Amino acid sequence: MQKQAIFQSRLLPYALVAPQLAIVLIFFYWPALQAVVQSFLLQDAFGLSTTFVWFENYIDLFKDAAYFEAIVRTFLFSFAIAVSSLSFALLLAVMADKPLRGSMLYRTLLIWPYAVAPPVVGVLWIFMLHPSLGVLSRYLRNMGIDWNPLLDGDQAAALIILAAAWKQISYNFLFFLAGLQAIPKSVFEAAAIDGARPMRRFWTVTFPLLSPTIFFLLVVNIVYAFFDTFGIIDTMTRGGPGTSTVTLVYKVYSDGLLGGNLGSSAAQSVILMVMVIVLTGIQFRFVERKVTY
Amino acid sequence: MANVTLRNVRKTYPGGFEAIKGVNVDVGDGQFCVLVGPSGCGKSTLLRMVAGLETVTGGEIDIGGRIVNQIEPADRDIAMVFQNYALYPHMSVFNNMAYGLRNRGMKEAEVKTRVDEAARVLELTSMLERKPRQLSGGQRQRVAMGRAIVRQPKVFLFDEPLSNLDAKLRIAMRVEIRKLQRRLNTTSIYVTHDQLEAMTLADILVVMNGGQVEQVGNPLAIYEKPATTFVASFIGAPPMNLMSTRPEEIRSQLAGSGAADAGILGIRPEDFVITDQTPADGVVLPLTVEAIERVGAETFIYGTRAQDEQRIAANPGELPPGEVIVRIPGSEAPPIGERIRVAAVRAKLHLFSGDGRTRIEA
Repeated sequence: MQKQAIFQSRLLPYALVAPQLAIVLIFFYWPALQAVVQSFLLQDAFGLSTTFVWFENYIDLFKDAAYFEAIVRTFLFSFAIAVSSLSFALLLAVMADKPLRGSMLYRTLLIWPYAVAPPVVGVLWIFMLHPSLGVLSRYLRNMGIDWNPLLDGDQAAALIILAAAWKQISYNFLFFLAGLQAIPKSVFEAAAIDGARPMRRFWTVTFPLLSPTIFFLLVVNIVYAFFDTFGIIDTMTRGGPGTSTVTLVYKVYSDGLLGGNLGSSAAQSVILMVMVIVLTGIQFRFVERKVTY
Repeated sequence: MANVTLRNVRKTYPGGFEAIKGVNVDVGDGQFCVLVGPSGCGKSTLLRMVAGLETVTGGEIDIGGRIVNQIEPADRDIAMVFQNYALYPHMSVFNNMAYGLRNRGMKEAEVKTRVDEAARVLELTSMLERKPRQLSGGQRQRVAMGRAIVRQPKVFLFDEPLSNLDAKLRIAMRVEIRKLQRRLNTTSIYVTHDQLEAMTLADILVVMNGGQVEQVGNPLAIYEKPATTFVASFIGAPPMNLMSTRPEEIRSQLAGSGAADAGILGIRPEDFVITDQTPADGVVLPLTVEAIERVGAETFIYGTRAQDEQRIAANPGELPPGEVIVRIPGSEAPPIGERIRVAAVRAKLHLFSGDGRTRIEA
């Protein structure tokens, strides 16, 4: 078996990878570089003049209490979204793994929400929980709950977390189901004979054996909660009420495109870029090491 | 310590497939029972029903005088060794063995005593802190055994525990399992498709085919008097030579003594002798030597009979029609292509009805 391809011309291999490289350079590296450059510049309100200001944008950011609030909020959201969607998906996967009639059908149904785009998820949940339009809002009010996410920041946050977690359940479910099916059935049978009741079996056998999957999904879910919730936030709350649902990514958008502060927006996206690199690094290191138990 | 009794046990799957069609077996206290049969004969299903991993759709399973049909696997007081060992990959060897004891709320000091004792018996003491993936196949097998013996259950169940090991290790472990079982004197049920394993391990051998029991009994008794042609060709390697009694050549030699009802004649390869004389009572077959296999202590001669004949039945491991295997001691053998005459005495002949389902005692 020949592992190395032999080319007649020295240039041909380069020509073959050129389109791929061009795409990566033009669509990834160039904008990233633009952001880095932009983050060192300060534009006046009318976009007539630009000054090079070194790290002033960054310094301003770290002096800004609103930015710190956004950081804390983003972490809280990520944590809440990851934990709730992971635990619910795991519960569903354990249920769906049982040999029941029609299991293929509800496995398929459970995977469907993954095909729904984030903004559509936002719209769906708004239809259900909008204070005046929402179907469920009426029931909540009838139950005596003062439901108004348009005015109450905590309720708005809860709504975002709910919708974002719901969207991610399918993805997590798929991985958990695959993870469960990779464990030989005889291990569970052995545990059953060894006298472990279902709950104990779950915590002492299933859960530890799924730990690699859980860790992988935790990283994926945090990345998702950081970056892919933009569409949901934009359709549901637009960061409001006030700034109570503004996450780091949403702030990049609102400060830059709505607030016109391109320099600060660019600085924020550079910081986010560093965060992605760190998270991806963790994930790669982890995925490389296959066995962890 | 317990008897295990299966009374008319049946298993029908929801789709209507009948995996077990009424099995009756009685395993006495401390006996080693082996279920043997080709793949798909239902032997593993039957074992899993005893373990409680499969539901019973008919009949009764009785362990130590208690009907266990509706009882959870954990409460049947059994231990099982799986084909793939089913060790807990995230637990150390010690914890693998201790798991079943801790689940039953045993005191940690007692757990340690039991596990250490089992580890000593199985020579695993130096490996107690290792994880299963750091062990060889044979060591994993021993851990699986250890997990079963620490519990001191009433019954051991083995589901083809040696089939993942290489040939040499398999023989060594086979002897170890037998010694261990003798010493602990625990009732055991062992599933295998390997007839050699079955013969060497069993106190009671149960030969299964198509969800039914073909024959139950002492292994040697089964070897000497197989009840059906299936058992005759399944037990023993190389298999028994089976031939139709229809050709005149054979019919004339079988004249008298019950041979009238017999449709099939069976002769074990080792019961033939190469001879020029015609024995007073027995069968002589002229053969053309087709192939020779010398394995040292003995030699197998593959010959074809002069007349072709119709195929008797399509059982696994059966010879092509007209072919006969002769097993002789030593390594002396006639050259290929030579015509020889082999004879078997009357006492060594097995006669079966034409459908192979009944043995005819001559």
